[in-house]
Amino acid sequence: MNNKIILRVENVSKSFGGIKAVSGVSFELNRGEIMGVIGPNGSGKTTLNNLITGFIKKDGGKVWFNGTDITNWPEHKIADAGLTRTFQVMRPYPTLPVYKNLIPPLYSARARRSVGGKQGDRKARAIDLLEEVGFERDAQVPYKLAGSLPLGYLKRLELCRCLALRPELIVCDEIFSGLSASEIASMLPLMEKLRDHGITLIMVEHRLRELFRIANKVIVLNFGEKIAEDEPKHIFSNEKVHQAYFGGEVTYVSEDNGLFASDQ
Amino acid sequence: MQDKRKERIDRGVKVRSDTIYAISSMKEIMYLIGPRMGLVLFLLALPLVLPIYWQKVVSITAVYALLAVSFGFLSSYVGLVNLGGALFVGVGGYISGLLNSAYGLPLYISIPAATLLGALFCTLVLLPCLPLRGIYFAIVSFVYPLAAVRIISATGAFGGTDGIAGLDMIGSGYGSQYFIIVTLLLVTFGVSRLVSAEDIGLIFRGVKDNEQAIKASGLNLTMYKAVAVFIGALIGSFAGAWLAHLYGWVGMSLMATDFSILPLAATVVGGTSTIYGPLVGTLLLVPISEALRDFGTLRIVFYSVAMVFFVVFWTEGLLIYIKRKYEQFERWVRV
Ligand SMILES: Nc1ncnc2c1ncn2[C@@H]1O[C@H](COP(=O)(O)OP(=O)(O)OP(=O)(O)O)[C@@H](O)[C@H]1O
Ligand SMILES: [Mg+2]
Repeated sequence: MNNKIILRVENVSKSFGGIKAVSGVSFELNRGEIMGVIGPNGSGKTTLNNLITGFIKKDGGKVWFNGTDITNWPEHKIADAGLTRTFQVMRPYPTLPVYKNLIPPLYSARARRSVGGKQGDRKARAIDLLEEVGFERDAQVPYKLAGSLPLGYLKRLELCRCLALRPELIVCDEIFSGLSASEIASMLPLMEKLRDHGITLIMVEHRLRELFRIANKVIVLNFGEKIAEDEPKHIFSNEKVHQAYFGGEVTYVSEDNGLFASDQ
Repeated sequence: MQDKRKERIDRGVKVRSDTIYAISSMKEIMYLIGPRMGLVLFLLALPLVLPIYWQKVVSITAVYALLAVSFGFLSSYVGLVNLGGALFVGVGGYISGLLNSAYGLPLYISIPAATLLGALFCTLVLLPCLPLRGIYFAIVSFVYPLAAVRIISATGAFGGTDGIAGLDMIGSGYGSQYFIIVTLLLVTFGVSRLVSAEDIGLIFRGVKDNEQAIKASGLNLTMYKAVAVFIGALIGSFAGAWLAHLYGWVGMSLMATDFSILPLAATVVGGTSTIYGPLVGTLLLVPISEALRDFGTLRIVFYSVAMVFFVVFWTEGLLIYIKRKYEQFERWVRV
């Protein structure tokens, strides 16, 4: 298998009762790229994330990560291999200081391997990591109670929980949603920094304008099917995509289309 | 119309001693360790001041308290509501009894061996239920000791309905009383430390509150549940082995439902948010229930009423109430 390809998803499907949440989705992702996953509400984006990261059982299809077939691996083993994820609904330990939220991932075998098998000072490592994603140490933010954090910090904490594993690939589920334009603007460089550190990102997003600024490519889901895969700037020239989003004929799509408004 | 409101304010000494760096006076040190010292001294004084009959009650209370700590640990800190405390007791008791009677091992070997082997056995048989959550785990764990009793009486294994008599007995002198009291204190402090200060305690909390994040952190959920059950079963099996030799007999009554239910009642009465809650609850419930001995099995009504009272009227439990009074004062303010 091509060494450049970090993730290969082939024909994965999942139905819930009669609903085909994801049906026959395939794609390949190159190492070090950012891939966007977009689609209307209920189009199967979160389900696809769950299927890739092992959180739900596949009805069919296969997933390879770094050339290894991980189709039937349990979720913790997939995370241990370096493929981790954020959750759309974040649930930190609200009554604990922020840095303590990172203790469990830092306790994991993968995190320990990344520091040469040492137990080390997990608290210090947690605070270093938090600082990297923007928790100002001088302002004591890592010591605040997680329950008191504003949404922007919660999203960063969620990302940080993944980074504690020194992952190769993170699937982010709507990490920008609910944030203001300026908050997202401050997250974008962080995402690019991660990519520059060699971390591959899959970003499930509704915030298209911001996503398109950093994504190398985008896949579009509609009713569980992949209807398009292209570079961000070309994706809305695709008739099916236009149909899915606007329910009409392709006319003309400009950057300033209502779709790209800062909160859809 | 309400024009007054109760205001709760942290006592100055709590505020000052909240972080370890702030301790500057003997008064603050006493404030912090006082309650724990009080508990230790209270328990250590019991054998000295109680009449003979009640000294026996001390040992039994300690056994129940160990079970309550085990229950509190698993339910409040790992999210496994284990209603099968009687399984731990029975397995620990039977193993120690067998080792002692059939293989002639002395107490100081049979009890530790039963603690370890019992915990292993209980963890193994509970393994298939670990993916269950909440009420489902509770129900299945509750059924285990009931099933074990049926199996023993039907097959006549391990002495069947007669049990195994003539085991070596633990004396009722100060030595054994202090051994069990000190063990109880060490176990309680140990578990309290484990859940509040150790990194693995945070993982257990995650297992309870956020399974998904634990899995996504590359941690094997089932394995951590098994580790927790093992810790809980160590405590319970030890309690069972101790009880077997306190009576000099093992039998089906070691798997009595009391061992499963009292820890639950004690935890509800004492409060769930610290590990001392179940301990304090037991120290209250068991002596009262012992005083009601003449009423026989009607005692279970007493547990139930106590539990209902606390669940309905005093949800926070006794210990949290006391803790609040200790840490805060209240005053009425006009609104
Ligand atoms: N556990 C489940 N049980 C039943 N149906 C489900 C389950 N999870 C998802 N679905 C259904 O599958 C479809 C896809 O859901 P999914 O959450 O993947 O969509 P999504 O693209 O992430 O939507 P959103 O943009 O709102 O987050 C929806 O119709 C949803 O109702
Ligand atoms: Mg979703």
